[in-house]
Amino acid sequence: MYAFNYHRPGSLAEAAKLIAANAEAKLLAGGQTLIPTLKQRLAQPGDVIDLGGIAELKGIKVEGGNVVVGAMTRHGEVAASAEVRKAIPALAALAGGIGDPQVRNLGTIGGSIANSDPAADYPAAALGLGATIHTSKRQIPADKFFTGMFETALEEGEIIVKVAFPAPKRAAYQKFENPASRYAIVGVMVAETANGVRVAVTGAAPSVFRWTEAEAALGKSFAAGALDGLKAKADGLNADIHASAEYRAHLIGVMARRAVAACG
Amino acid sequence: MTAESGIGASVRRKEDRRFITGNGRYTDDLNRPGQTYAFFVRSPHAHARIKRVDTAKAAKMPGVVAVFTGKDVADSKVGGLICGWLIKSKDGSPHKAPPHPIIALDTVRHVGDQVAVVIGETLSQARDAAEQVQVDYEVLPAVIDPKDAAAKGAAQVHADAPGNLCYDWELGDKAATEAAFAKAHHVAKLDLVNNRLIPNAMEPRAAVAEYDFGTDSYTVWSTSQNPHVLKLLLCAFVLQVPEHKMRVIAPDVGGGFGSKIFNYPEETVCTWASKQIRRPVKWTAERSESFLTDAHGRDHVTHVELALDKDGKFLAMRVDTYANLGAYLSTFATSVPTYLYAPLLAGPYTTPQLYIEVKGVFTHTTPVDAYRGAGRPEATYLLERIVETAAREMKIDPAELRRRNFIPPDAFPYQTPVIQQYDIGNYHASLDKALEMIDYKGFPARRAQSEKKGKRRGIGFSSYIEACGIAPSAAVGALGGGVGLWESGQVRFNPTGSVTIHTGSHSHGQGHETTFAQIVADKLGVPIENIEVVHGDTDKTAFGMGTYGSRSLAVGGSAIVKACDKIVAKAKKIAAHMLEAAVEDIEHERGVFKVSGTDKSVNIAQIAFSAYVPHNYPADVEPGLDETAFYDPLNFSFPAGTHICEVEVDPDTGIVEIAKWVAVDDFGTVINPMVVEGQVHGGIAQGVGQALLETCVYDKQSGQLLTGSYMDYCMPRADNLPSFEVGMTTTPSPLNPLGVKGCGEAGAIAAPPALINAVTDALGIKHLDMPASPEKVWRAAQASRPRMAAE
Ligand SMILES: Cc1cc2nc3c(=O)[nH]c(=O)nc-3n(C[C@H](O)[C@H](O)[C@H](O)COP(=O)(O)OP(=O)(O)OC[C@H]3O[C@@H](n4cnc5c(N)ncnc54)[C@H](O)[C@@H]3O)c2cc1C
Repeated sequence: MYAFNYHRPGSLAEAAKLIAANAEAKLLAGGQTLIPTLKQRLAQPGDVIDLGGIAELKGIKVEGGNVVVGAMTRHGEVAASAEVRKAIPALAALAGGIGDPQVRNLGTIGGSIANSDPAADYPAAALGLGATIHTSKRQIPADKFFTGMFETALEEGEIIVKVAFPAPKRAAYQKFENPASRYAIVGVMVAETANGVRVAVTGAAPSVFRWTEAEAALGKSFAAGALDGLKAKADGLNADIHASAEYRAHLIGVMARRAVAACG
Repeated sequence: MTAESGIGASVRRKEDRRFITGNGRYTDDLNRPGQTYAFFVRSPHAHARIKRVDTAKAAKMPGVVAVFTGKDVADSKVGGLICGWLIKSKDGSPHKAPPHPIIALDTVRHVGDQVAVVIGETLSQARDAAEQVQVDYEVLPAVIDPKDAAAKGAAQVHADAPGNLCYDWELGDKAATEAAFAKAHHVAKLDLVNNRLIPNAMEPRAAVAEYDFGTDSYTVWSTSQNPHVLKLLLCAFVLQVPEHKMRVIAPDVGGGFGSKIFNYPEETVCTWASKQIRRPVKWTAERSESFLTDAHGRDHVTHVELALDKDGKFLAMRVDTYANLGAYLSTFATSVPTYLYAPLLAGPYTTPQLYIEVKGVFTHTTPVDAYRGAGRPEATYLLERIVETAAREMKIDPAELRRRNFIPPDAFPYQTPVIQQYDIGNYHASLDKALEMIDYKGFPARRAQSEKKGKRRGIGFSSYIEACGIAPSAAVGALGGGVGLWESGQVRFNPTGSVTIHTGSHSHGQGHETTFAQIVADKLGVPIENIEVVHGDTDKTAFGMGTYGSRSLAVGGSAIVKACDKIVAKAKKIAAHMLEAAVEDIEHERGVFKVSGTDKSVNIAQIAFSAYVPHNYPADVEPGLDETAFYDPLNFSFPAGTHICEVEVDPDTGIVEIAKWVAVDDFGTVINPMVVEGQVHGGIAQGVGQALLETCVYDKQSGQLLTGSYMDYCMPRADNLPSFEVGMTTTPSPLNPLGVKGCGEAGAIAAPPALINAVTDALGIKHLDMPASPEKVWRAAQASRPRMAAE
């Protein structure tokens, strides 16, 4: 780690001011991605702004059919929340399947979606459930938020405040884990929402995406069998030592069918 | 009292008090006054010529004490690291031993090869400065795979090892083997890879080296499995320091699995540098450095053939192996794919002829050396895969085929055609027990059940034998080993009757502090809480050879028994004096010395007191009660057994789930069943790791390590493992005083073939290279049809 200046603002306004004044500064949430990056000297920010002291970024609320999760809410809190389990059990289950207990007790939803790791789970929840990301500057629909590998619509100095998930009629998330890292090789969120069926796929491509063919098929008949014969395309999917693009394409189908079956 | 704490009792581990309360003392916990920190500049290339190393800028950075390069080391006449086992090629020539400098001089040969060391007041300062060391490389082509490296036109690792060949070695009777093949009814053939592994001890390697100018001597704390051997290597071979001027201490060590046997560049550099700067130097590997520089394991490419007669009797086996030795020869690298491998290929079977050829090959990868099992897992995997293949091809039940070929229990001692003479065993007994425990008869019904769920179920056998308790020194010497392999043990009574045991072996997870104490508790009747085991410090214990090859109990434990015998012999004389009887009339049982036929007795504590306060004492007996013994074993010991596992494969995803695991092992006498079971569990977990999850992958072009962190290198975790069912059969070894054999590596040896046999059985395919990772299994499942339950 290189030396940096450490800030711990007490309010969102103060944090926004700090980051506006210093474009090179890094926001620190749970630190599960940022701290290892710093330790390996892959980043050298002059300033680190810790969001841990800002009360308005924390907590879970259910308001008007939405589950609203503060940016600094830990994965473990979402997994254990009775309200989330009741309103969107798939979201609680997804959070409970991230990393290990240590990671879940520190990692945050804001950090996860801001990071937009192609293998992360939360992006599938945000996109699959049609969430809205509230930032210090505006509201961004999930469909517009994830723009590429480790890339989002966030502008410089923009801070995620909370994420609002409309409760679906039913939803389920199925994850095929990388055996080593336990991130998603393929993760599929299937949701039957007020605005139709949504199928979001993470892990498989440079960024989370919607599998529109599956959405159309499930829109006609919401049953695992509706996906029989439907194959995701391998073109443009990720390939690494753990899984080829072809295998990932196959797993998208398997995980989607299992998710539909899990919706009950 | 001894009943609960003597031989055969599951005594709770004495060492766990400090380990589970966070009071262990590891090398990195140690800090010395005036200590500095070493940080190594490492090669980012697999193969490159070093054109220039410029340290000027780094040397001027804040807090930098010194910067050293390969040239500085060479100028001070420090030797390179050595390999301690001489292997002779078929033509009689010695193996090629290219220089292994502790800091690279003009060429780097693997990613992570050290190019310079920066020593700083703090670790951060050393690291900051290391980034300022400028190295100009001329990148050269690299070769990674052992077979590629042996091919014509491959990039050359060392100028003095043409064709990258370290040796071309053979064992067995080639002509007799060919003749047996000519008469065969059936020949089973297989090409397979024994995948390369990274050891991943929980505690990374570390060293603190201190030079004392006043006495011109060194103290080195190091994460070593064998501090005396490390001292010998550092002193006599590398740094040319007289042995009485160095003390090596291996304090608590958090796992080794073989990787901490060896003499590495880092502790050598720290020791050398501590004299240059006259301050203590500390180095602790980062996890990334562990991945890049701990000696890796396995990495064989092999073709094997097994000849059988019409009844399935094995006639002969021939084996052609390419063994990857990495970029330099690690301390015992040459022996692992030769004498620790080929003699084990006879296995538990009566195969009359074997012929094994091994080419040891240099590549641009991290050095490869002993890793849990060291040669025996490679042998067992090969043998049990080809036996399984033969059973399937000849349509003979795999258990039956093994039974037909086992060495019968009345044939011991049994001389194999490949060096080893097995002392004792009963392979039928462990197979039968394992079959019963897994309910072999019920397998077809379980398979049918799995198929109903859309899964495919398979069963896999592994009947292994291994050689532990390395080893008779003379035998090892005759095979090219450069050391003796005896062990020392000292039993020292304190005046008030408590005991301190000193052993030359070393505990880094094995539980010596408990099991060795149990031996003395059993032999001399001392309460176990009054016994302490001291190990790991060359100034405290007599010279010893350390811990590896499941040797500690068979060799080190036997030395302690011999020391106990000496204690008893002396104690009898003291007792005779105290009881006013003749020595011949004194009987001893568990610390009680009695005049035979009377109720007159004294106990060992009273005798010890008398020995140290000899006011009324026999004139011809020396005071004190403190005996040392050195024990050189008569032979290896040969643990054996059968593991059977069942797997369920999900053909949609390729996920393999272990449904059942039965392990029946014969370890001879068991001192502490709980400790032994723990060793078996850990060993199986490591074997499952190799077979299902772990593999070291280099990019074949660039030589970059692609599995350089836990993001990509997959360690086994609790949820990968079933609940093991562990059973025992026992044939005590007649060749050591405890009747023990060794249990530390058995699980890692037995497990991989059991699993791959089960996976290939489930899929109905001939072979699949380890690890059976999901995509490989999925592809195989797509290409094969489900088996019918009746098959
Ligand atoms: C061992 C391990 C296993 C893991 N396994 C999984 C897994 O299985 N699935 C999974 O999805 N994830 C996994 N993760 C990632 C983890 O869940 C975290 O979500 C992730 O590291 C980022 O969250 P964080 O709170 O730690 O963010 P940090 O590391 O603190 O920050 C990450 C990035 O987001 C930015 N940022 C943080 N908060 C905000 C905000 N409010 N507004 C704008 N930008 C912000 C930071 O500046 C930084 O660039 C794993 C991590 C580890 C270490």
